[in-house]
Amino acid sequence: MEILEYGFMQRALLASVMVGLVAPAVGVFLVQRRLSLLGDGLGHVALTGVGIGVLTSTAPVGGALVAAVLGAVLIELVRARGRTSGDVALAVLFYGGIAGGVVLLSLAPRGQATNLDAYLFGAITTTSSGDLAVFAVIAVAVLAVVGLLGARLYAVSDDEEYARAVGLPVLALNIALAALVAATVVLSMRVVGLLLISALMIVPSAVAQLLARSFRQTLYLACAIGLVVSVSGTTTSYYTGTPSGGTIVLIAIALFLAVSAGVAMRDATARRRHGRRSEVHAAHPHEHGEGCGHPAVAHGDHVDYDHDGHLHAPHLTGSGVHYDEHGTRRAIDG
Amino acid sequence: MSHATPASSDEVAVRLRDASIGYGDVPIVSHVDLTVRRGEAVAVLGSNGSGKTTLARGLLGLATVLGGEVELLGAPVGRLRERGRVGYVPQRHTVSGAVPATVREVVSVGRLARRGLLRRLGPADRAAVGEAVAAVGLADRMEEPVASLSGGQQRRVLVARALAAQPELLIMDEPTAGVDAASQAALAGVLARVAAAGTTLLVVTHETGPLSGVLTRAVVVDHGRIRYDGPLAGADAPGGHDDGHCGPEEPVTGYRLDQPTVSARAAGGRR
Repeated sequence: MEILEYGFMQRALLASVMVGLVAPAVGVFLVQRRLSLLGDGLGHVALTGVGIGVLTSTAPVGGALVAAVLGAVLIELVRARGRTSGDVALAVLFYGGIAGGVVLLSLAPRGQATNLDAYLFGAITTTSSGDLAVFAVIAVAVLAVVGLLGARLYAVSDDEEYARAVGLPVLALNIALAALVAATVVLSMRVVGLLLISALMIVPSAVAQLLARSFRQTLYLACAIGLVVSVSGTTTSYYTGTPSGGTIVLIAIALFLAVSAGVAMRDATARRRHGRRSEVHAAHPHEHGEGCGHPAVAHGDHVDYDHDGHLHAPHLTGSGVHYDEHGTRRAIDG
Repeated sequence: MSHATPASSDEVAVRLRDASIGYGDVPIVSHVDLTVRRGEAVAVLGSNGSGKTTLARGLLGLATVLGGEVELLGAPVGRLRERGRVGYVPQRHTVSGAVPATVREVVSVGRLARRGLLRRLGPADRAAVGEAVAAVGLADRMEEPVASLSGGQQRRVLVARALAAQPELLIMDEPTAGVDAASQAALAGVLARVAAAGTTLLVVTHETGPLSGVLTRAVVVDHGRIRYDGPLAGADAPGGHDDGHCGPEEPVTGYRLDQPTVSARAAGGRR
């Protein structure tokens, strides 16, 4: 493979593997918590850290990490106070973050890495070996914390009030999640960019939840999808010369649209089939019940009726009784 | 207003002394005295806006205790270290997470609080989850996404989540409202078994009808005060159940406003 001969591409692909895997592993919890845009806000805040890092000639990655984690803790503390002014406080923090970053970067002396676009939207040429080492530590740390606290993070994200009532440390877990988001934002700042990372946290999860049946499945599937779109987007951007972050996100969104359409078509087909059978059954001479001649079959919480080998599950509709198909009898008995 | 007869703290599940509970600094429930002994099955009745839910949320640490004392399982409510000993079924109609989750995953959350911050769930936890799901009659739906279940079944999942914690005190908020008859019957069966096993029940509800075989004592809350406290039969006139959809100003049917405020239970001593 030609693109693997370049050192910058090797580094970019390694970074994209890490961010592709890690971003959805954190994003699933944000989606569950209906806080999808937290990553976006923390990306704004991280930019101020980048600006400070560049100005003080320290590593921008380190500055971004410190700023984003501080921002994350601050956000959760504001949210925990639960005042209506919290919304405004968050806006001030987010826009203050990006404004500070833009201004600080503009003050940096010439010749330094001050390409704002690269920080905001990702660029494949910018990942240094030092960055990779930091990213590897962040990726391992984030995945370890998700592995360790995942069940609790799920509990708090799913039903915060219940978690509080039964004594889980809700504030601590929320701060932990926000810190994970902050770390992931920084992990993304080379390949995906601070303004687009939120998409890589959220969109793979949105695709996965269309297909999965459990939270665990959603988590694993989202990580797999994140990995694929991240690596393929980075590769594509090499050939097209487009910013890697934007390319990755467009691929992810295309996948989301395709899967949404596929699922919608599948559901429509199922509905049509259901409708066709219902029409046949509308001509049904009786309502199923005791002594109707069709054997009753217990199925979970309700009773189906065995109708020439397939099962009818009666339910009431506005216009009378309607029968759902609940598979064949064998499927239940077996 | 008489106080409850003295009882040693290990016999008491819930004790409120001159308690005021609310949100921010606005009390919704004012100067309430209530003692619930371990093993009792109590209905907390009242119309919408009466304060009955706030009373329960005060016990759960979800509303603020603004005055007086609130004790739970022998400890002041803010200092109860093992909150996992208290089970809670919230008033949600459905399990509403954005991401799909199976019945097993939702119910497993009930075990987490009893396992500290880091310990993984083990075989004993999985057994408790299995028992709890079987108890609400959903054993064959264990691996199905909760969103695929009916509203009544989803409520039963939330009950199973609380039961999985094997709580000493189970607080439920409107467990039967808007639930189909099959799920109501399943719920009554479960609560009867839970009560027989010695768990204290505190059920906030509009309607005691579906659970009248389980609950023995009624506490009627009206305008933030306890208006009646005594046997359920005395609070619940025949045929007086509403459908759980009464308006904010509609009084609770079935209890008599001319009942004395004095605690009949306190006067009557132990059950």
